[in-house]
Amino acid sequence: MGAAAEPRFHVLAVDDSLVDRKLIERLLKISSYQVTTVDSGSKALEFLGSLVNDDRSSSDALPSVSPSDHQGVDVNLIITDYCMPGMTGYDLLKKVKESSSLRDIPVVIMSSENVPSRITRCLEEGAEEFILKPVRLSDVNKLRPHMMRTKKLKDQEQESQEEPERHGDEIGLPPPPCQHELETQQSQDPQTQQIQQSQQPKSGNNSNKRKAIDVEEGLSPDRTRTRYNGVATF
Amino acid sequence: MRASLEGEKQQTDQSMDGGLMQMQRRLAEYRNALFKEGILDSQYLQLQELQDESNPDFVVEVVSLFFTDSEKLLNDLSRDLAQQNVDFKRVDAHVHQLKGSSSSIGAEKVKNACIVFRNFCQEKNIPGCLRCLQQIKQEFLLVKSKLETLFKLEQQVVAAGGSIPTVQQPIL
Repeated sequence: MGAAAEPRFHVLAVDDSLVDRKLIERLLKISSYQVTTVDSGSKALEFLGSLVNDDRSSSDALPSVSPSDHQGVDVNLIITDYCMPGMTGYDLLKKVKESSSLRDIPVVIMSSENVPSRITRCLEEGAEEFILKPVRLSDVNKLRPHMMRTKKLKDQEQESQEEPERHGDEIGLPPPPCQHELETQQSQDPQTQQIQQSQQPKSGNNSNKRKAIDVEEGLSPDRTRTRYNGVATF
Repeated sequence: MRASLEGEKQQTDQSMDGGLMQMQRRLAEYRNALFKEGILDSQYLQLQELQDESNPDFVVEVVSLFFTDSEKLLNDLSRDLAQQNVDFKRVDAHVHQLKGSSSSIGAEKVKNACIVFRNFCQEKNIPGCLRCLQQIKQEFLLVKSKLETLFKLEQQVVAAGGSIPTVQQPIL
């Protein structure tokens, strides 16, 4: 087997700010990631839920598939703003980590505020990194290892045949109603209501069974890493 | 005779290049001044780094989003503060958004004015908030007009066949 092509990772970016969405989208695209942006946590869950079960007829149907059964697009990383109306980034993080089909997706939190207790809480809940806004290219460059590690784990699982008990319980829960105290952005900008997806040809990374020869880090990633960029904004 | 013809040719070339060079120099000076005056900070440079041939209008696009977004937020803030019973949580949320987006594009003075505003908001100090709002509006109008001029200068350079000078660290 010759040199494998660089896998194209798919990042789901969640931010209620239009300006920040445009910025994070560009940052990710320039780093050669496929990007989907949404403007709320509930839309993020909707999108993720649509990946888990292709033919979910009713909202009550509990998807019972494992990630490796994805028909279509895969999400390799979720990067989300912390402060959002309705479902915060922290709430989203919790929901993802509570879901057996989503919990392996690395989650990164962005925030404009450097609040140590907030950072600790997020990392304890399973966030890979906490990035201070404004996000820079150097921050985005640090995301790849997380995606690579998770992908290797998935490949290893696929190779070891069966997943013992993988049941879908997660997105059976309807997302909490979005309390939009601030109706500014959502109502004024119809295009952000829809999920923006950038279509790029992707090398099917699900079918690629790459032998993970060297695992950079152990199977239990160090969750207590604190990543800051720059100084506090106050 | 040949020498003088060459001399003339050189002169013509110089004046043509001189025109473009002058424009580029004016553009660089204008941009540097914005950094020196603290109107823009290094985040703006980050935006420029994200612009390339495949996305030649990225900065203008993001900044335009910032303009419309901010105008809306400033209107919201005026309305919020004019209420009988001011909802400070709502005010704070709006300022937080404005602080975030101004920080994201490098509009340093706007961002700083937002920080001051939030303090008055926490104190539930309405006169203070109103004064701050005026300040934010001023800073916003300033950065808007400066950036619009900057974009115009850039357009002129491009139209004259030049390229926008490579972004360097601002000379502070």
